[in-house]
Amino acid sequence: MKKKRLIHRVTMYVILTFLSFLFLFPLIWMLFSSLKDEFQIFRDMSSLKAFLPPRPSEVEGGYFQNYIAAFQRVDLFDYIINSLIYTIGIIVFGLIVNSMAGYALARFRFPFAGFWLGVIIATLIIPPESIFLPLYVLVYDLGWVNTYTGLIVPFIANAFAIFLFRQFFLDFPRELEEAAKMDGCSQLGIFFRIIVPLSKPVFATVAIVLFINHWNDFLWPLVVASDESIRTIQIGLQYFMNEPPIQWGQVMAALTVATIPMLIIFIFLQRYYVQGLTHTGTKN
Amino acid sequence: MEKESVKTKTSYFPKPYAVKGGRSMPKKKKRLFRKSSFREAVTGYFFLLPALILLGVFLLYPMASAFYYSFTDFYILTPDEKSFIGLENFTFIFQDAEFRQAFWNTVYFTIIVVPVQLAVALGLALLINQKLKFRIFFRTAFFSPVVMSLVVVSILWTFMYNPNEGLINEFLGMVGIPSQPFLTSPDQAMNSIIVMSVWQGAGFQMMIFLAGLQNIPNHLYEAADIDGANRWHKFWNITLPGLRNVALFIFITITIAAFKLLVQPMIMTQGGPLGSTKSLVYHIYETGFNYRDVGYASAMAVIFTVIVLIITIVQRILIREERG
Repeated sequence: MKKKRLIHRVTMYVILTFLSFLFLFPLIWMLFSSLKDEFQIFRDMSSLKAFLPPRPSEVEGGYFQNYIAAFQRVDLFDYIINSLIYTIGIIVFGLIVNSMAGYALARFRFPFAGFWLGVIIATLIIPPESIFLPLYVLVYDLGWVNTYTGLIVPFIANAFAIFLFRQFFLDFPRELEEAAKMDGCSQLGIFFRIIVPLSKPVFATVAIVLFINHWNDFLWPLVVASDESIRTIQIGLQYFMNEPPIQWGQVMAALTVATIPMLIIFIFLQRYYVQGLTHTGTKN
Repeated sequence: MEKESVKTKTSYFPKPYAVKGGRSMPKKKKRLFRKSSFREAVTGYFFLLPALILLGVFLLYPMASAFYYSFTDFYILTPDEKSFIGLENFTFIFQDAEFRQAFWNTVYFTIIVVPVQLAVALGLALLINQKLKFRIFFRTAFFSPVVMSLVVVSILWTFMYNPNEGLINEFLGMVGIPSQPFLTSPDQAMNSIIVMSVWQGAGFQMMIFLAGLQNIPNHLYEAADIDGANRWHKFWNITLPGLRNVALFIFITITIAAFKLLVQPMIMTQGGPLGSTKSLVYHIYETGFNYRDVGYASAMAVIFTVIVLIITIVQRILIREERG
């Protein structure tokens, strides 16, 4: 019996290790290839060396030559800044607008409150893919094509974020607000001085959900940011990849750079990140 | 007989066990039944209005526009000359071979990806949901592709699928398998995109399955142990029913996400070879932006929305049945 359990455990670990390799190898390969020169990438490809970092002696021109070359060849740095402006813009305005809406729906009684909640939840069904054309026409008419405004403003209001905020504020104890009201604090003051500071978890969760969604956005930036000066990193990568001659070492470096912000978020904010995910999954 | 006894146990499940995120609703206070005052209404609308206006202008209005454009011959280059042409766009859809191909490509992608990804995600979640050393490492490993964007993943796999010197063909060569034209053959291109998509997305659903598994009350397993149920019985009679709602949710989200297929073919194959990977959304994009035919693209977008809507409604009905 004991032997059987041991065998079971060992097979478990073998299976899990094999599966982890299957899921990790492209990532490992990307990271280490970005450190190799063009010749070595292809030479290592036919052996397990593809998944090992290069030895210092093998690399001519230093570990980061591809990174330096990639940054020199295209404005990767600008693309990252554009992506940051795009995502942080949506996060900052999105947190304010959506938290206020969620708060209104959780706390105040006003005519049609239930109706608006229904409308907001119903908009969750609309796939962004089905409206990007008329949205482009609208943004074009507003003169917002190739502007940060055009990138950011359409995605500030987010039904899912409003819903998450509402659920959170429903459970939020009323006593503090009532005390502040007694002290003569305005409703807006109560919200920004008392509720917001005490609701960090839900703000963090929504911020991360918005970051994941929009850092990786492709369709809308592709449509509305055709000008190079406003291109986000995801769009920049596509152009980089299609621009001959393809230098795969540099492409790998650029891919790594585009992945790093998400990796950082994931590593340092794992708790909120997973929370955000499971919210996405189960709070429906 | 043993199986029967376990089965009757499962009918004593507390009903809404699976999908219960966050804290429970507070008890309704008397205040809530008070009639709303004028001031409260003004404050409420003050807080709600920015979001409502933005949703109205940038979501509902474009939705309505898409519907309206779908009955017109709107070209981007001549926005003022659009005129009402009735159902012409919609009748043309049935004659459009490209649409038909894109539609079936999307359906094919969806019906393969959905069960495969669901099964992979569930399998991974079950493997991880044991008392193991390095559990967090394994979980992170399976999840790591999710962190990468579809663009990054698509470019990376394009290189891996490369017929001459790609990573996968190099390794296939080592075990004596001849080089495969993964993305360059009409027979293989979509399947290659499917493999990549499952690899990229399964970790995400695994996390949601894990949350679902943790919501299954442990005492059910203990009770089953007392009844002498084996692993398989427990899986069939406790785990699977316990995951029903989560699985249904994941099933629907994967289906809808799969139906929105765009980035992978756009970057990896440009819809080719021979249109074998062109998806519905890609066809809409091309019609709208490359051929500038907004009217016809909108008609297809309307069809696309209706399909997504039907999937969502089916989900609602299925979940309601479970609860009712």
